[in-house]
Amino acid sequence: MTADTEGTEQPMRPARVDIAGERSRLPERVFLVLCFLSVLLPLGMLGVLLADVFVDGAGRLSWEFIKGIPSRRAAAAGIWPALIGTFYLIGLTAVIAVPVGVAAAIYLEEYGRRSKLAGFIEVNIANLAGVPSVIYGLLGLEVFVRVFGLGSTVLAGACTLALLVLPIVIMASREALRTVPDSLREGAYALGATRWQTIRQVVLPFSLPGVLTGAILAVARAMGETAPLIVVGAVVFITFSPTMTSGFTALPIQIFNWVSMPQKAFLENAAAAIVVLMLTLLVLNSVAIVLRNRYQKRIY
Amino acid sequence: MIQAVARVINRFWARNGRANRAQPFRERIVEGALFLSGALSILVTAGILGVLAFETFEFFSRVSLSEFLGDTRWTPLFVDKHFGIWPLIGGTLLTSAIAIAVALPLGLLAAIYLSEFASSRARKIIKPTLELLAGVPTIVYGYFALVFVTPILQKFIPDLAGFNALSPGIVMGFMIVPLISSLSEDALYAVPVGLREAGYALGSAKLPTIFRVVIPSATSGIVAAVTLAISRAIGETMVVTIAAGQQPNWTLDPRVPIETMTAYIISISKGDTPTGTLEFRTIFAVGSMLFLMTLVMNLISHRMARRLRYGARP
Repeated sequence: MTADTEGTEQPMRPARVDIAGERSRLPERVFLVLCFLSVLLPLGMLGVLLADVFVDGAGRLSWEFIKGIPSRRAAAAGIWPALIGTFYLIGLTAVIAVPVGVAAAIYLEEYGRRSKLAGFIEVNIANLAGVPSVIYGLLGLEVFVRVFGLGSTVLAGACTLALLVLPIVIMASREALRTVPDSLREGAYALGATRWQTIRQVVLPFSLPGVLTGAILAVARAMGETAPLIVVGAVVFITFSPTMTSGFTALPIQIFNWVSMPQKAFLENAAAAIVVLMLTLLVLNSVAIVLRNRYQKRIY
Repeated sequence: MIQAVARVINRFWARNGRANRAQPFRERIVEGALFLSGALSILVTAGILGVLAFETFEFFSRVSLSEFLGDTRWTPLFVDKHFGIWPLIGGTLLTSAIAIAVALPLGLLAAIYLSEFASSRARKIIKPTLELLAGVPTIVYGYFALVFVTPILQKFIPDLAGFNALSPGIVMGFMIVPLISSLSEDALYAVPVGLREAGYALGSAKLPTIFRVVIPSATSGIVAAVTLAISRAIGETMVVTIAAGQQPNWTLDPRVPIETMTAYIISISKGDTPTGTLEFRTIFAVGSMLFLMTLVMNLISHRMARRLRYGARP
């Protein structure tokens, strides 16, 4: 039993001070097993989920499926417009959210550390992180689609997603900025650098791996979002490669559409599309980890 | 190549900086731009509040608040229109309650395992693995609930409908386990070792120490985790949209199709209801209610988390 051996090695704390005697051993064991099961059960469910999706979708995965366009016949349908739409979306989202998010983080960490206004912004960002994503959809629909007159385009969708992931970018970047030791800043000041020069040439390069990781995580989050895009007006039946000003679709939207179909054949398509989505997310996250490790080595 | 360009730019900036004395001015412009980026978040909050308030106000100029909160029928698209939000709130609370019933014991026990039993090596592996659960897009959970979990549950509960509150509730519960476990574990781990040692010194065994010393000391952190999880469950959209159905039933029966507030917003958005009509405005009224409920939960959670931060340290 791995659980048991792990339970006994505790360097920091007195693990087995068994003054109460052997009597207390049995309930403790039972409780430990319960606790361990509570870790295993969710992980087991995740495994079952991945296996189920893969088994359901493997039969449909093919180059024709990826390069194909939506069709009323399940066996002929593909995900190409959705895939292109998703890459447009997350690309634009990153272009909008990352600079603004990093700038906001710099302001909060480097300029406004003790100001009341910065404190207010901080609380505000924490609250924004808890707003349901579908509410961001309502905001995007009203502001970007209608008031700004963008219509239901990729740009409107990306702006909405950018606002949604902004708190993630800001929080990750602040975390990264906080890891930069003050001695480095003081060193730069001592050499006569101004505040902005210090930030641009010392603080930012040093915190780059953390900032990058946060940016990629935010993009990954945006990639899986479905609800706000539906509210903003993503459509499903697009048979061409979308452009900036056309109607748009995305991989999660396509999956949702197929899941909503009554015919079973479309469920297979949905599973196959989910496999593609999950694999893309896996690649993104791996890139984040590799980038972080590499840059960290270079800096130290 | 990029580095070479960066070096040229750097040199240009550096020389300019030293040559003219306009630097404080540039510093001020930079600071202003950074401040504006930070202030954007306030604008977003104001935007959300403004949009919801405006559209909801328009909605209530046509439908009375007493009907909204007094009726138990929600049929805005029928000829016989009723605008009672309770079926949607009921559906939301039902799925959320099932989710919390699953996530609370699992998350809490997992947190206790990680904080009190696991070696630091096991912690380092298990924590990020659990976080994977939170990284899976919710649409995938929706598919899983509809295609995998519901058919299995139907074997045990024969009169379970194809769309029901139970299956998405359970799946949502697993989805928010990492939220509860990770925040609760932080709270449990922050309990000073000295308190545990005092428990042992008084002759208490490990289990009584966990339940009478460690967990009570971490209560505010655990409450913060759970309220945040409730807020997540209330705002969760795709799982319930796909697997719970789209019928606003005023019921607490988890076996029949229901509709949550979030699922209603989606069903109107993807339909062809013309924008600007009363029917379309309902999604903003429902959105306001949803926003209020999650906001209250988030505020409670933040308050509790802050109490933990200033209270638990020796």
